[in-house]
Amino acid sequence: MADTINALSNETIPWWRNRRVIPLLVQAVVALVVLIMIAFLLGNLVRNLTAAGLLLSWRWLNQPAGFDISETVLPFNAGLPYWRALLAGLVNTIRAVLVGLVGATVLGTLAGMASFSRNGLLRGIARVYVELIRNIPLLLQLVFWYFVVFLSLPNGTAAIQLPGLVLAKSGLYLAGFADGLRWVGPQLVNDVWQAPLRLSVEFGALLTGLIVYSGAFIAEVVRGGVAAVPKGQWEAAASLGISWITTLRTIVLPQALRVIVPGLNTQYISLAKNSSLAVAVGYTDLYSVAETTLNQTGRAVEVYLLLLSAYLVLDLFISVLMNGVNHLVQIKER
Amino acid sequence: MANRPVLAPQLRRLRRELFSSPGDGVLSISLIVLIGLVAIGFLRWAFGQASWAVIQVNSTLFAVGRYPIEQQWRLWLLTALLAAATGLSWGLLRASPRPDRTGTLWPRHDRLAVVILVLGALWLPWALRLAALIQLRWWLVVALLVGCRWAAGRFAAVLPSALRRLVPLLWPALYLLGMVLISGGLGLVTVPPSEWGGLLLTLLAASFAILLCFPIGVMLALGRRSDLPLLRWGSVLYIEFIRGAPLITLLFLGQNILGFLLPGGLAPERIWRAAWVLTFFAAAYLAESVRSGLSAVPPGQFEAARSLGLSYGQTLQQVVLPQALRVALPAMVGQFISLLQDTTLLSLIGLLDLLGTARTVMANPAFLGKSAEVYLTLAVLFWCCCAALGLGSRALERRLDPHTIPSAT
Repeated sequence: MADTINALSNETIPWWRNRRVIPLLVQAVVALVVLIMIAFLLGNLVRNLTAAGLLLSWRWLNQPAGFDISETVLPFNAGLPYWRALLAGLVNTIRAVLVGLVGATVLGTLAGMASFSRNGLLRGIARVYVELIRNIPLLLQLVFWYFVVFLSLPNGTAAIQLPGLVLAKSGLYLAGFADGLRWVGPQLVNDVWQAPLRLSVEFGALLTGLIVYSGAFIAEVVRGGVAAVPKGQWEAAASLGISWITTLRTIVLPQALRVIVPGLNTQYISLAKNSSLAVAVGYTDLYSVAETTLNQTGRAVEVYLLLLSAYLVLDLFISVLMNGVNHLVQIKER
Repeated sequence: MANRPVLAPQLRRLRRELFSSPGDGVLSISLIVLIGLVAIGFLRWAFGQASWAVIQVNSTLFAVGRYPIEQQWRLWLLTALLAAATGLSWGLLRASPRPDRTGTLWPRHDRLAVVILVLGALWLPWALRLAALIQLRWWLVVALLVGCRWAAGRFAAVLPSALRRLVPLLWPALYLLGMVLISGGLGLVTVPPSEWGGLLLTLLAASFAILLCFPIGVMLALGRRSDLPLLRWGSVLYIEFIRGAPLITLLFLGQNILGFLLPGGLAPERIWRAAWVLTFFAAAYLAESVRSGLSAVPPGQFEAARSLGLSYGQTLQQVVLPQALRVALPAMVGQFISLLQDTTLLSLIGLLDLLGTARTVMANPAFLGKSAEVYLTLAVLFWCCCAALGLGSRALERRLDPHTIPSAT
């Protein structure tokens, strides 16, 4: 019976309607088109690069960079090669991303939980914060923080002084250990602030912008996660006499985390990518160093490949990390 | 409100919301004081120290960049046409009768919107110190919008449905016409893209990317869910590649490397390069939204349509995509909103979009140190555009939802 049907279908169905032929044909056509396009683009690339004398080479990475980076974790000076400059930029990016992640998580969690507060005013503020920040471009917020807020800070004695922290136009000064184990606060020496730890205003503006912006998105993720926990859980806890904050901490959040963590992953990756806007506020991150390198060497393709792979690795790293966290918070059944 | 005994329920509510416990009360009072201080400080600055001349003097620059003055009537015409089309679509969307209810001509929210619109039209030209002639034009544009809204709502029921169905087609037609009006051609003087700027460039880049990323995104989403391994892996590769890279690096690719990838002289104008990069960037993100919508459609829908003899294309077009896109709509509008915001990145590659124009204005020694006023204005502008998109999306969502019977508000 089956053989007859097969024989019948093989005879009567023309090849262009055959379910076995069509998929192969479609794929072959798509592959052909894509390959021709890639060949065309690569052919042009090789031809144009040859004409410009810029054929792919990585030797320039060892030449001295010739530009300085104002703020680095790794020691760097203009005499060091380009690869050291790019590495210093990458470390600067990672520094901004790490601090930004922690700050945005704290702010976002607070704002997300505030939207469940009993206090209507607090709820309103959380709502306004999220709606305000999410509807204004990050780049605009960054330049606002930098040019309007941080660059109009006063210097010298007029600077904003808190215990162990001074905020001036020349930078952010933090108390810390110096000369071994002596705790030293910021102090004014000849009208210039000195402290064990100084952060530039560029870094401050970038961090503030990233934290405030990502915080709003994380607040929404947290709010969605908490809202996904059935209301009965709250009511049961309340009827047992457990306080609001304890309910949230020990009953609701552990359940909400299952929903929150995948959302956080997305937000963390976009924070990492958004850190590339540092170039607008003059913080020398990876992108900014890459741009300078390109302007000096003209090596567009190589610089671009490096830049792209660095960000892909950074994203991948965050993803792997968050997948690990996700694995931890999932409910374990048996 | 608090000292009128008539509002006792409100008072009780106020007490429950703000003063339910002593700690709560302390928190509320300190928050009220804080908000009051911030508000007073801001108002003092806005009406005292701030000098808004930088916005008033440069309002044309912010709106259209260096678009030649003698050609600006084309933009006015386009604005008027857009206002008319908006009014028509708005009226049909909100006030047309539906099987489950009789349409109300002016639902409550719409009345509010019209009041805000009219007040804005009265206040803004005055605040910007526009010339009387330009003020008059704005009034006419707003009057046209409200008039079309009224007419569409009033006569929607009388209109044959074939004609009503043509209204959505107005938008693509208007878009093409707008392109001609802006760039010239067909007997109009050509205005090169390098002279477009400000809000015009921002909206143009955003709308271009939004329109074109949609078909590409849908195709990518279908590709990613396809049974054909080559299509699937190709789509996955593209989507993940784009989503892994910051937009600025892609714009960088467009500006610095596209010239190498195309034969000499074929690379488009810088603005178009950036617009295409935005398009391809947004398509990858849109594909993910559409994919989530597609996975919300039960596979039985596809199988049922196929077994009824619909072709693959018909199944997608008539059965699967309408359901999938409805589910994906909120996420897609979210993407469009962030796309509109992402156009600010054009200023980083030296284009004169809204933010780029702002930077050139502030570089002018006459307006040095006026960054707070300029950035605040831009923020308000972006906020209004994005919030309006969000509101529109929610209205459309309700309109398209087959399960809820909309109330007459």
